[in-house]
Amino acid sequence: MLAQQLLNGLVVSGVYALFSLGFTLVFGIQRILNLAHGAVFMTGAMVAYYTVDGGGPLWLGFILAIVVSGLLSVLVEIICFRRLRKTGDEEFGGVVSSIGAGLVITTIAQQVSNTQILRFPFETFPVVIFRFWDLRVSMLQLFMAGAAIVMVLILGYLFYKTAFGRRVRAVTDNEHAAMLMGINPNRIYSQTYFLAGALAGAAGVLVGLAFNSISFVMGDPYLMFGFAIIILGGLGSIPGALLASVVFGMVQTLTIAYLPSGLTDTIIFAALFLILLIRPHGLLGQEDAGNLGGRR
Amino acid sequence: MLEVRNLKVAYSGIQALRGVSLDVAKGETVALIGPNGAGKSSLLNTISGIVRPEAGSVTMDGADLTGMRPWGVTNAGILQVPESRKVFSEMTVLENLSVGKTALHGRAADYDLSDVFKVFPILEDRRNQRAGSLSGGQQQMLVIGRALMGGPRLLLLDEPSLGLAPVIIAQVFEALAALKTQGLTILLVEQNAHLALSASDRAYVMEQGKIVKSGDSAALAEDPEITALYLGQA
Ligand SMILES: Nc1ncnc2c1ncn2[C@@H]1O[C@H](COP(=O)(O)OP(=O)(O)OP(=O)(O)O)[C@@H](O)[C@H]1O
Ligand SMILES: [Mg+2]
Repeated sequence: MLAQQLLNGLVVSGVYALFSLGFTLVFGIQRILNLAHGAVFMTGAMVAYYTVDGGGPLWLGFILAIVVSGLLSVLVEIICFRRLRKTGDEEFGGVVSSIGAGLVITTIAQQVSNTQILRFPFETFPVVIFRFWDLRVSMLQLFMAGAAIVMVLILGYLFYKTAFGRRVRAVTDNEHAAMLMGINPNRIYSQTYFLAGALAGAAGVLVGLAFNSISFVMGDPYLMFGFAIIILGGLGSIPGALLASVVFGMVQTLTIAYLPSGLTDTIIFAALFLILLIRPHGLLGQEDAGNLGGRR
Repeated sequence: MLEVRNLKVAYSGIQALRGVSLDVAKGETVALIGPNGAGKSSLLNTISGIVRPEAGSVTMDGADLTGMRPWGVTNAGILQVPESRKVFSEMTVLENLSVGKTALHGRAADYDLSDVFKVFPILEDRRNQRAGSLSGGQQQMLVIGRALMGGPRLLLLDEPSLGLAPVIIAQVFEALAALKTQGLTILLVEQNAHLALSASDRAYVMEQGKIVKSGDSAALAEDPEITALYLGQA
């Protein structure tokens, strides 16, 4: 039973990781909280749903969701943050304008979906259950875990092993010096937002499939968790966000399994509070990570 | 090589450059000296395309660079080593040097990793160390090496001696002299006038956004006004 719950928890963690990595990536590079990230996540699920609804295969829906969410995220950056950055007032201004963008996207989705909860047709994802030892795993769970692991590995590779990743980290570290090395920060920002949105979109499809329930408000709880995860992980730390996603996914799954329902969020946020009392900069955060805008 | 003509720059009303003209010929080391707030960094940042001028022009070998963005300027072979070093502190020495290659934009590299390690051997020993944990002198060497990786035809240096011990300053300036011998053109900004004049062929003196004097470095070092104002102790 415990092993089963740990397994389930790991799958949930994967989804949180996909969602919060993008959130963290953006925070790490711009010190901006992109509160439209939940709406981008929801858009991914919607795009996949309407692709399947229109007769397309799920894999196509998945790819479209990733691309559309990525592009939407780039658009959010250009509309909400780019001009604000020039004024140097992006931290708080950006919070407000991204809440606005999130509302616009959510409202459009509400109109399109007619305020309905959308469900994929039966067997959109083949229902196959594997059993081994005492454990039960569905093919969907395997796919979710696999997709999350592959995407995290790709992101890690891009970020730490390629010239592109070095440029992203250079801009994160010191935008001025990066510009003097011929890097165009706006291009790096667009690429980063695309990655962030694409990961969120993928997470949206996985969540939509897992619960077979897609609605225009589905991004809200994830935004809340994403927020908690980047704080717990240590603002802007990618390994930290990964670790925090696993902690969150596990704690959530285990409390749901073993404790009265309704206590889940209380316990999660109480745990967050406790961890931050002991480690104020998060699990893997650095001393200056919370020093908003202090790098310029 | 570099021609700056009547350059004017203002930051939200504060006039930082009030019509600056200056030339750097190929192979020369030219020094720019002046007190705090004279506008030296503003000039370099305007050449580099970080700051946009109100008026005036910057040309490199006849090509107009005025108002060009930094990536265009680096592509023209002008690389700046900024004030107070600015290494990419969370990245390793090797990664820092590798980022420098972005400035090539596909141009052929004049200096590769082994050239940089020849100029600054300490960087090779520290190649996998986090740049933020290097000493000030090592960081200064790293940012110069990083700019070299970007294939400079003209190197702009903003106060490379700032905050360094005399022994280290000597090392850095020896390396710069070696680079000059290899044919690199350098525009050197310094507050340490003595150092700047001894390391350069010609020099400009800047005060309150204007060039107030210029000439051969050796001659300026003898100039009574300069000795009184900038070489007081000498
Ligand atoms: N980003 C900026 N915004 C507003 N004013 C600025 C900015 N950068 C420089 N200044 C002002 O422009 C003037 C010239 O500054 P600059 O940094 O170019 O001088 P400097 O000669 O490099 O001085 P230092 O020797 O102290 O480095 C100063 O009055 C400075 O306060
Ligand atoms: Mg300066």
